[in-house]
Amino acid sequence: MRTIQLLLQKEFLQIIRNKAMLPIIFVMPIMQTMILAFAANYEINNLRLHIVDRDRSTFSRQLTQQLDASERFVVVYYDNAAHLAAQHMQADQTDMTLEIPIGFEKDLVSLQNTQVYLGANAINSVKAGVGMNYAASIIADYNMNIRLRAMPIVPAAQAGQIEIVPTEWFNPSRSYKNFFVPGILAVLITVIGSMLASLNIVREREIGTIEQINVTPIRKYQFIIGKLIPFWIIGLFDLALGLGFAKLVFGLPTTGNMMALFGFAGLFLLAILGFGLFLSTFSETQQQAMFISWFFMLVFLLMGGVFTPIESMPQWAQVLTWFNPVSYMVQVLRLVLLKGSGFMDLWPFFLKMTGFVIALNAFAVLNYRKTT
Amino acid sequence: MIRVNQVSKRYGAIEALRQVSFEVNPGEIFGLIGPDGAGKTTLFRILTTLLLPDEGTARVNGRDVVANYKALRAEIGYMPGRFSLYQDLTIAENLAFFATIFGTTIEANYENIRPIYEQLAPFKDRRAGKLSGGMKQKLALCCALIHSPEVLFLDEPTTGVDPVSRKEFWDILAMLKQKGMTILVSTPYMDEATRCNRVGLIQNGELLQIDTPAGIVSRFDQPLWAVTSDEMYRLIQDLRTHPTIKTAYAFGDTVHITVKHSFYPEDLFADLGAKNHQNIEIFPITPTIEDCFIGLMETQKTP
Repeated sequence: MRTIQLLLQKEFLQIIRNKAMLPIIFVMPIMQTMILAFAANYEINNLRLHIVDRDRSTFSRQLTQQLDASERFVVVYYDNAAHLAAQHMQADQTDMTLEIPIGFEKDLVSLQNTQVYLGANAINSVKAGVGMNYAASIIADYNMNIRLRAMPIVPAAQAGQIEIVPTEWFNPSRSYKNFFVPGILAVLITVIGSMLASLNIVREREIGTIEQINVTPIRKYQFIIGKLIPFWIIGLFDLALGLGFAKLVFGLPTTGNMMALFGFAGLFLLAILGFGLFLSTFSETQQQAMFISWFFMLVFLLMGGVFTPIESMPQWAQVLTWFNPVSYMVQVLRLVLLKGSGFMDLWPFFLKMTGFVIALNAFAVLNYRKTT
Repeated sequence: MIRVNQVSKRYGAIEALRQVSFEVNPGEIFGLIGPDGAGKTTLFRILTTLLLPDEGTARVNGRDVVANYKALRAEIGYMPGRFSLYQDLTIAENLAFFATIFGTTIEANYENIRPIYEQLAPFKDRRAGKLSGGMKQKLALCCALIHSPEVLFLDEPTTGVDPVSRKEFWDILAMLKQKGMTILVSTPYMDEATRCNRVGLIQNGELLQIDTPAGIVSRFDQPLWAVTSDEMYRLIQDLRTHPTIKTAYAFGDTVHITVKHSFYPEDLFADLGAKNHQNIEIFPITPTIEDCFIGLMETQKTP
């Protein structure tokens, strides 16, 4: 016990003196929640729109105004030069093109039916899809207004229309930040647990200090525990720091039981530290450790539901996420913070994570024995 | 104190140690001399319980290095060839750390390290990474001595250290020996061999000869000559192809040669002059321990 205490003392002393490590520990949680949550954003605004108005009527101008008034769109070109539309798109001067045909107003009034052409640059498929939806809903909205104004008496055909009144559960404002920040926090403690911890173990091997440690009466398990505990503490500390910061700065909801959240995070860190130890057994230098852990981090994060919902992955990929501890951490963070889950709701997660803790650490210890 | 019996170790196809056997007596400085890659570090790692031998047995301080490794670790001090202390901790912190690991304190063992530590004390709050090579060696020695070990293992302690610090370091070792410490030290510097009680020459994983430094010199039983001229490189080439010369090797700014019975310095002088060598000098010298080692290695290479 005394030996471990001594090792911890030494470890924290070294971490405090490490010019690279200390900023990572204190600045990373704040930077990541701030920059990523504000900058990495799926809410698409300011799409550049080219409106080819070949009708030049009151109706067509009204539609144009309505689109321009929306913050989703900026009308960058307004003319009747259809031949330029493709050129503008080609030169990346516009994101979308709306073409209003000749006779738009007349057809709408007399025939009660007309068509407009809508085109989008779909290199970024998300942007194109979202833009199309926005434009379609604005046009539908406009359409409804026209009808109401032009025909104050609702025709029989309109009577049976269903209006949808949506309610967004657990994230009422459908804030992307509220979805994203819990994911970022999971990334943060995964980095600390796997990457920093394995780098720290490999460092002793690379610098050669392990040689001197090995001839002392320090046992291997004491050495490992002394290496991992600091990062367990730092991981939980950073989670609290990031959460507190997100709550203060953009009011991240903390609906559920925080004890349950930190309890689960503690368990998750045990699992991921075991993984970090496992990674360290494959590397002689910090550079190797960095490459290996970076590879696994990417897979863990992409397959962990941090950026994209697991539910929209193909079936085989969903099966893979069962074996990804990060995906459970991401889910639990969202469940507790947004949905308000407590211990009773989360017990299956606790059970699974305990399994990960046992499996990953057993794996790591067996492999560690082989290497030295 | 140290008893090595037929120890072998191989890494894949490379035989790092081949049936090495020797003994080190209590209170003796035993030097292992040999070029890089001779197997010195492997032998040290086996004796300090860091590596298992493939064959053979070794005992240190009466304990088997394999079966009794745990107890043995508290009784030996090891200074690896590479500086292995925490560079981001200060001198005092490093020392306190290793003292505490061994369940002791700096104060309790201060007498052991006093002469060395006094030289370090003015810098005790400086980080180990910021020390000069000589200071690092002294700190490493302090850390290896902090738990009053019975046997001290020093793997190339003076490599990369300036000549003055080297001399100081050896003075410290002599002092430790006077206190009864048994020391096994390796070095690639042959001039340091004379400061050992006995030396073993190791090459390609084999111990070639063990004797006192004087004993090794007295075994050199042939005349030795030194030759110089203005063009060292061409001189060696020409000497090696000369029919009356057995071996020729660079030794500082001269070439040392061992010769056959047909050798006459006047003839060599004339032959070298014919090959356009300027400022030729040829004179007999008494062999040093280094000559003996080089001679031994040469015969080893061409059996």
